[in-house]
Amino acid sequence: MTVIGSATPRGAIPPTRTHDLDAVVVGAGGAGLYAALELKQELGPEARIGVISKLYPSRSHTGAAQGGVCAALGNTEEDHWEWHWFDTVKGGDYLVDQDAAEVMCRDAVETIINLEHLGLPFDRTEDGLINQRRFGGHTRNYGEGPVRRSCFAADRTGHAILQTLFQQCIKHEVVFFDEYQVLDLALPGGPAGPVSGVIALQLSTSELHAFRARAVLFATGGYGKVFKVTSNAHTLTGDGMAIPYRRGLPLEDMEFFQFHPTGMYKLGFLLSEAMRGEGGVLLNDRGERFMERYAPTMKDLASRDVVSRSIYLEIAEGRGIGGGDFVHLDVRHLGAEVLNKKLPDMSGFIRTYFGLEPLTDLVPIQPTAHYAMGGVPTDIDGRVLADETGRVVPGFYAAGEVACVSVHGANRLGTNSLLDILVFGRRAGKKMAAELANLPEPIVDADAEASVQARISGLLAGSEGERPAVIRAELQEVMFAKCGVYRTEELLTECRDAVAALRVRAQRLLVQDKGCRYNTDLGDALELEYLLDCAEATVASALARKESRGGHAREDFAERDDVGWLKHTFASRDPASGSMSLAYKPVTITKFEPRARTY
Amino acid sequence: MDVTLRIRRYNPEADEAPHWEEYTVSAEPTDRVLDLLHQVKWYQDGTLTFRRSCAHGVCGSDAMLINGRNRLACEYLVRDAGTTITVEAIRGMAVVKDLLVDMEPFWDSLKQTMPFLVNDEIPADGRERRQSQADRERYEDTSRCILCAACTSACPIFWSDQSYVGPAAIVNAHRFIVDSRDTAKQERLEIMADPDGVWRCRTTFNCVEACPRDIKITKAILEVTQEIGKAGIR
Repeated sequence: MTVIGSATPRGAIPPTRTHDLDAVVVGAGGAGLYAALELKQELGPEARIGVISKLYPSRSHTGAAQGGVCAALGNTEEDHWEWHWFDTVKGGDYLVDQDAAEVMCRDAVETIINLEHLGLPFDRTEDGLINQRRFGGHTRNYGEGPVRRSCFAADRTGHAILQTLFQQCIKHEVVFFDEYQVLDLALPGGPAGPVSGVIALQLSTSELHAFRARAVLFATGGYGKVFKVTSNAHTLTGDGMAIPYRRGLPLEDMEFFQFHPTGMYKLGFLLSEAMRGEGGVLLNDRGERFMERYAPTMKDLASRDVVSRSIYLEIAEGRGIGGGDFVHLDVRHLGAEVLNKKLPDMSGFIRTYFGLEPLTDLVPIQPTAHYAMGGVPTDIDGRVLADETGRVVPGFYAAGEVACVSVHGANRLGTNSLLDILVFGRRAGKKMAAELANLPEPIVDADAEASVQARISGLLAGSEGERPAVIRAELQEVMFAKCGVYRTEELLTECRDAVAALRVRAQRLLVQDKGCRYNTDLGDALELEYLLDCAEATVASALARKESRGGHAREDFAERDDVGWLKHTFASRDPASGSMSLAYKPVTITKFEPRARTY
Repeated sequence: MDVTLRIRRYNPEADEAPHWEEYTVSAEPTDRVLDLLHQVKWYQDGTLTFRRSCAHGVCGSDAMLINGRNRLACEYLVRDAGTTITVEAIRGMAVVKDLLVDMEPFWDSLKQTMPFLVNDEIPADGRERRQSQADRERYEDTSRCILCAACTSACPIFWSDQSYVGPAAIVNAHRFIVDSRDTAKQERLEIMADPDGVWRCRTTFNCVEACPRDIKITKAILEVTQEIGKAGIR
């Protein structure tokens, strides 16, 4: 391929600029913004809190969340946070750390009330309270039947959360570094910490910036772009997982990835579970409501892993529509009032992208890669763990999808992602504020700055090699086909080898844009490297886990194995040797003993 | 089918002035214009530069002037756009590179309008504030804004004078002015009554046509002027 753009590669990268802050938040979605807000409120207006994000805050993927956020407010029927706790543990197929889930479900009530006070435009009941509706896996009285627990703002709850928190951050004068891409952690003493800040690339100029701070929070979201069909935004490339992983820190439970049942066919983005919460049903080629066979009690509102596997099996047995690889979502009977008032965005998607009318047409859907249960291991206050023994990395925090607390275990319940970012973003912000004075003064990590400079120079210098998009497309294809809804030893072994081969090929990438202004071609290359790292950890963890649990379904080990596998995976790579290792950590069980999981 | 993309390119590090380039890509009728831009960037010319993220019309990153009208590239399909598609940056904002404009003045305008709820009182029972469904409905439409700038960059008043706060900022002011929970209405209305505020609108409806969310922007602007009148601000 030829090189386009300015003929000479830029000789010298501009010198690194340095910023001294009290705390740095990386990522401007719900978790990052709530943490920044808490930091400002706890430390006062003088505190130098910087939010660094590769996107403008209002573009963050929190804004794409649709159906709602659960909290046992009991506004429309009896509910208790303990029921929510049980549902979360059961939904996670008992891999959930129950102390963490207890914190999340208990804090949920106060957190949602706080968001209302901050201005969130929740839908209301006739009495003017926050309205609530049903959602998959959420039940009354420990599994008796569906309960109305999801608080919502039409079908754009995430948008409302993102806007409200962004607005409040403006009010509290949080400093934003918009369109800065973080490339490394400052870890001058090695992976055990302490963290001394981050190094970031300013996208508008290609200048490098060193942000020095005693405390750093990663709230960068997931890595759904590792799969071919995904609900995730183009920008969700696992940056915040890969950066610590490259430094030798572990990633927890990466084998657990959620495939959401109702992705729009071929496009991948979601039709909210709220469509089924409001009464929508799934139909196969015979027009049969097949979820009645797989989940007699909860039917179409069984948890997501169960519904996605059911769809997969219908398709495998030839009952996909026209024998193809999709089924139908039927919302025709919901009527114009529900579709236009409670599900307006969903109805709009169906009209815009399929040219179909939800009132009269069946909607083609297929499972889509949606959510990483795994990620950077943390405790219940967002503090990052250095290993499976629970040792903390001083000054390093993580919250939201990038983190693994673990409140979702092997499968996340619908709405609990928004709850996770809110509860743990906020808790991490509080903890950072509390610990700040006791954390060491940040020092310069000259090695990290030099290595980032070398990495960028290397990518820009090449005049031949493969385009990042070519390798990325192959990665997405192989991960979706061989590390997807169903897995086997054979598929995973092939996938592992394919990812390893792609990693080798990615050492010679061709970046065609050699300029300094918004070099998004360089950005694509950097993000590809992160995706490959996340894929490596995911496949290795999946290959080792010889059981089926939640989002990890093995055809060759079809049963859950609590004797052998009721434990969390910690995958890490030695930066010096490049060799991977897996370690394990017991699950915290405080109240609910593992039982068979039926819906 | 083959689609011809005509893209207005500008690289400040290499070009003296913007110019048009043509690319041919293979497309399905259901492909989004964003998919075609990706085809060019990924497989033909890596220097092509634009913003995008969610790719389904909710993040607001990819407003562009496509076939002469402001649209989100991820919401406009080939079946509607045809086999020759022109794409250029939205207007009224400085082009930084290709389809990417300087958004900073847009955010500054937004921040002028106090875009946050003001109310420090918390109900005695510690629960949510009550709000009737009718009161909630008053800001339903304007709370749907995704800050994509399609409206403001389609406004002829804004083209001629960028000190005008613009329709997006007014939409976001409206969202709080009519929220029954807010306690800063007077202050908000005074900001909107500024010479560079809501009175500059000449109701050309370009903004309504441009809005990918179909927000009734001129209705919101009218309601803001009515509220200013009711508050007796001159």
